[in-house]
Amino acid sequence: MTQAIATILAQAGNRYDTNTGAISVPIYQTASFGHPALGQSTGFDYSRSSNPTRLVLEETLARVEGGHKGFAFASGMAAIDVVLHLFKQGDRIVVTEDLYGGTFRLFEKVFRPLGIEAIYVDTSDFVAVRKALKLEGVKAVFVESPTNPLLKIADIRAIAKAARESDVLTIVDNTFLTPVFQRPLEQGANIVVYSATKYLAGHNDVVAGIVVTDKPELSERIGFYQNAIGGVLGPQDSWLTLRGLKTLPLRLRQQQKNAVVIADWLAIHPRVRRVYYPGLPNHPGREILDREHSGYGGMISFEVSDPARIPQLLAGVKVFTFAESLGGVESLITYPAVQTHADIDAESRERLGINSRLLRLSVGIEDMGELIDDLKGVL
Amino acid sequence: MNYATRLIHSGKDRDPYTGASSIPIYQASTFHQADPEHLGHYDYARSGNPTREALEQAIASLEGGARGLAFASGMAATSSVLMLFSPGDHLVVGQDIYGGTYRALTTLFRQWKLEVTFVDSTDPASVRKAIIPATRALFVESPANPLLSITDLRAMVAIAREFKLLAITDNTFMTPYYQRPIELDFDIVVHSATKFLGGHSDLIAGLAVTRDAELGHRLKVIQNTFGAILGPQDSWLVMRGIKTLGVRMEAQQRTAGILANWLLTRPEVKRVYYPGLAQHPGHDVHKAQASGAGAVLSFELHEMAMALKLLKHVKLPLMAVSLGGVESILSYPATMSHAAMPKAERLARGISDSLVRLSPGLEAPEDLIADMERALGSGQ
Repeated sequence: MTQAIATILAQAGNRYDTNTGAISVPIYQTASFGHPALGQSTGFDYSRSSNPTRLVLEETLARVEGGHKGFAFASGMAAIDVVLHLFKQGDRIVVTEDLYGGTFRLFEKVFRPLGIEAIYVDTSDFVAVRKALKLEGVKAVFVESPTNPLLKIADIRAIAKAARESDVLTIVDNTFLTPVFQRPLEQGANIVVYSATKYLAGHNDVVAGIVVTDKPELSERIGFYQNAIGGVLGPQDSWLTLRGLKTLPLRLRQQQKNAVVIADWLAIHPRVRRVYYPGLPNHPGREILDREHSGYGGMISFEVSDPARIPQLLAGVKVFTFAESLGGVESLITYPAVQTHADIDAESRERLGINSRLLRLSVGIEDMGELIDDLKGVL
Repeated sequence: MNYATRLIHSGKDRDPYTGASSIPIYQASTFHQADPEHLGHYDYARSGNPTREALEQAIASLEGGARGLAFASGMAATSSVLMLFSPGDHLVVGQDIYGGTYRALTTLFRQWKLEVTFVDSTDPASVRKAIIPATRALFVESPANPLLSITDLRAMVAIAREFKLLAITDNTFMTPYYQRPIELDFDIVVHSATKFLGGHSDLIAGLAVTRDAELGHRLKVIQNTFGAILGPQDSWLVMRGIKTLGVRMEAQQRTAGILANWLLTRPEVKRVYYPGLAQHPGHDVHKAQASGAGAVLSFELHEMAMALKLLKHVKLPLMAVSLGGVESILSYPATMSHAAMPKAERLARGISDSLVRLSPGLEAPEDLIADMERALGSGQ
């Protein structure tokens, strides 16, 4: 039965516990499982390998992504780390150039010394991606779309098609749009990764990561590394993520509704130089999103005219909270150059547009008028 | 089975469905029914939740009772037990009963015409004298708070049987690890599981255990009707706490004994109240009904100023209400547990302004001694 995402998510886990009928999946806060007899297993042996609560979360994500299997990790970085273990010395990966700072650090500080090279390209430029895919040793393309913090949009369908032709894996970080607005596996990608800390869990109360694979061969390898490395998500956090997923479509819709109005308002504000939001008519990626996806999300970045005012602005917000992270029910404001992207050197940051004038908003589900009044007050 | 083993394996010691070594936390309010005409064992979590039920079975087994019930707090457990009685009924209650129980009896239940006579339950003769035709139950606590006075539980049961009364006791200070009143024929045991059973000062919970199933059923109806149940997360945490109850009690009791004996040597200390000391008035009675002296002690300093100095200058124990946690807690009954009692009444009961109560935790006893020594000596 094909079900709408809202239905799958609202009912996630509600028929799992046939023993008691519990509507909410139990939190199996257990390390180990007793065996009925020698050589027999209930299907669960040790929670690193598999835990019933985590399994329900993993199965739910696989289902909404239209994937083969889902895997839950202790953080988004733990999830990406496992995916990068698929590669070996000498392999090269084409990577979105303005990607999340933590992923950049993982590529540069952990995997480059191991002999895995990241080739950074502007993945919103399909021609550039296609060219990079043909380079010697390229085994994968790692796409973040929209990117963080400049919200550039990649044509995932075109990239995945070109990648397949070159026998290259397509990996997409879908943290910003979630399966509600963007389903990369259906567009031909092989692996989707998430920081579930963000929209999926959605309440800024959990740190979690997700991987969803498209085929058994990849599932087997990711499953092996999940168990072998062991950066698994605990049962309490698995349950909270599952709980968050139930309201994901509602939250995201409201966040987008607020974001559209705020982006329009910022776009005409005299103290704002530039607004990055994929839902704005003049955004270069809007056409792709309209064709391929069903929403623009709740993230906005913008440049203020006078960077000297930023400390004051960050200190003055009352409804927005000055903090890292994003995707929660409460609105956050971030200063990427000093917070999320501090690991990228100043020159590269400036070239990419992550300059000292740039601020990022994660729009929450508060009253739209109060969010705008808050920004009005500090701008 | 050795009691240490029972602490690990009482009730459900594993999930029957997956074999999980810890009972799952069923964070669910309702349960899907396979058959509309015959509802399953669980239908709505107020009536029954598998996690809470596992705790209830565990405490019933540990106290040697027929039925255990878990409540949102010790007071919810006690209040639910008091709901067993009707207007016009009369209870004989130990005067050193926990302050919260005293308040419930003298305000809430009095307005519902439940009559109470408070007596010195360390003297069985005065208990007997207080019984009237309307008396339905005895409610005592031993050791009592804060002077650790000891009530003869066997004598109480004998009186209860003679007059056909229910015998109820609050076993919070001892826990079933050291004292099992139902094995002495008490009808109901209540607990603040917030204290030693939970043991980590991280939850609020109450438990009640009945000796027979019929009384258990009546209390279960009240639990479901009144609804002051314990949630699944807290139920799970109490079970987790119970697994280390034995080792915690042993270690805390050992420290309590060391501290009690050290306090006796201090010139600032006038008197030490601890059932483990041979000179404690209830020492012999306690020894006959419990297998340990427990881990709460009180002591009186020569002057109120010394008590305040100690309370203000200690660094390791928290200055707080509550007790029974892994961290030491120092309390000042005059402004904390007994603040609501008129001063004259409080002083008459021996709870002076110089009295301090100590619940030693799992810190090393020499560190606690050094800390208190420094606090007592500071400014001199």
